[in-house]
Amino acid sequence: MSQLERPDPQQLRGRYPHVFDRPMAARLATPLMLVLALAIFGFGLVDLEFSPSRMLSGLSQLGWIARMMLPPDPGSSLPLYLKALGETLSIALLGTTLAALAALPISLLAARNVVPSAIFRFPVRRIFDTIRGVDQLIWALVWINVVGLGPFAGVLAIAISDFGALGKLFSEAIEAADRKQVEGIRAAGGSRLHEVRFGLIPQVLPVIAGQVLYFIESNTRSATIIGIVGAGGIGLQLAEQIRVLEWQTVSFLILMILVAVAAIDWISGKLRFAIIGRRAIA
Amino acid sequence: MTSAVSILPSQQLDALNAEYRGAIARKRLRFYVATILFIALLVLAGIGAEVNFRTFFTYFGNFVSYFDRILKLDDGSRVWTNIPEWFWGSKKWLKLLGETLLISYVGTLTGMVFAFCLNFLAAENTSPAPWPRFLVRRLLEFARTVPGIVFALIFVIAFGLGPMAGVLAIAVHSTGALGKLFSEVVENADMKPVEGIRSTGASWLSSMRFAVLPQVIAGFVSYTLLRFEINVREASVMGFVGAGGIGQELVVAIRKFYYSDVSAILVMIVVTVFLIDISTGWLRARLFGAEART
Repeated sequence: MSQLERPDPQQLRGRYPHVFDRPMAARLATPLMLVLALAIFGFGLVDLEFSPSRMLSGLSQLGWIARMMLPPDPGSSLPLYLKALGETLSIALLGTTLAALAALPISLLAARNVVPSAIFRFPVRRIFDTIRGVDQLIWALVWINVVGLGPFAGVLAIAISDFGALGKLFSEAIEAADRKQVEGIRAAGGSRLHEVRFGLIPQVLPVIAGQVLYFIESNTRSATIIGIVGAGGIGLQLAEQIRVLEWQTVSFLILMILVAVAAIDWISGKLRFAIIGRRAIA
Repeated sequence: MTSAVSILPSQQLDALNAEYRGAIARKRLRFYVATILFIALLVLAGIGAEVNFRTFFTYFGNFVSYFDRILKLDDGSRVWTNIPEWFWGSKKWLKLLGETLLISYVGTLTGMVFAFCLNFLAAENTSPAPWPRFLVRRLLEFARTVPGIVFALIFVIAFGLGPMAGVLAIAVHSTGALGKLFSEVVENADMKPVEGIRSTGASWLSSMRFAVLPQVIAGFVSYTLLRFEINVREASVMGFVGAGGIGQELVVAIRKFYYSDVSAILVMIVVTVFLIDISTGWLRARLFGAEART
């Protein structure tokens, strides 16, 4: 048995200086970043008027509110709330469908394998980006100005903000499609339109259907909140009950929203599984 | 040079053909039923949401003209012909935008700290016992399913008007969202280092610190940066319910029909969101290389 030769630390140090002495910048980077992050955090706390006393009184107030919320109780207007919940689900469904219908043709224009020229693709993509940069609630406010208060404004707000999101997702799905089918159609003498219709669409439709279902699901959540600015649905009732401090009703409404969202999640999970199988659930 | 294609005897062929047609017909039928069901649902929803499509088209004209109006100054000229007039309030708006960014920053960081503390309890593989896991999971679920703005509405009443309510609302919502993502990262971590550390007699806390944390910290930071992007958007609307930031100014401008102000503030928000997206994307690429982007 031969004894392993013990390396001489000094010698190793000489041979691999960069392993033993990391440059100052690398050693300081992490602590410096942490300090900077904490400094901004501290500045934020001061600038946003945080104070221990406000925090304490707020928390005790919150505890009181939480106690007042029990037990959840709809009061006398349960039918009204059920109708509002139905309205919310309608808003989500209609808004998403409208967005998908509008986004499908436009997203073809933003896909590299359909429109090779960047001159057309670039503005379409920027339009999608701009629409997504504006929050759904802002769109809701704008639509309220245009069509007046009510659920219709909510439908349109969801439709337009999802138009941006779905357009981007669809165009990515189209770009990820296999070229072989398209080439096959072209080899058989199909026109550009045939290529898209028979080569691309059958490939991307299941993916798109999955994404649309997922958006219906997530829009059920968003549809509950756009009511807060006056665009119909259960959010309107919720905001109203919070403003008049009817805490038992508030907790009942929140519970109702949670149950509805869980139910929609479950249904759309099943449907997505039926349409595209396990692979593309993302 | 014809090549023979072998054809089955007609009896076998007929049976196969019939089966094929039957399968196709079933598929078609399922598709038609699904389509009809979907359309019926849409009609039902249309009645529920009081939509009719004739008014939609008339309103669409209004929508376009709304954008025409917000791109005009009071004297009727286009906004971009007189930039200083368009952005007359830029000093105030920039300050409010800064406040919006601070709200999302402080909220995200607070949410991250809470999510960090809770997620080890929620993850399947690291949770010390089933009951804290169940408890923490339900808590995180609640925090992420209730929308941030609902928390803001309630916090405005408890903590008073102002950015503090917005920060706390974002913090609570981020705790829920990040806690779930973090615990998924932890569940994907390799458990061998944990066993190694355990075998030296380390406590639960130190096995988390030395075995799990080095594996998951990159994922944590990446998700936190993504969440920050989302929270900037969210913070821009917190002002709608009085929880601070630029939203307050925007809602006033929209409700009172200060057309050119609306477009000016919107432009500033969109540009800010772009800048944040780009810079966090850059930071993520810098920190973890291109392949770690999720």
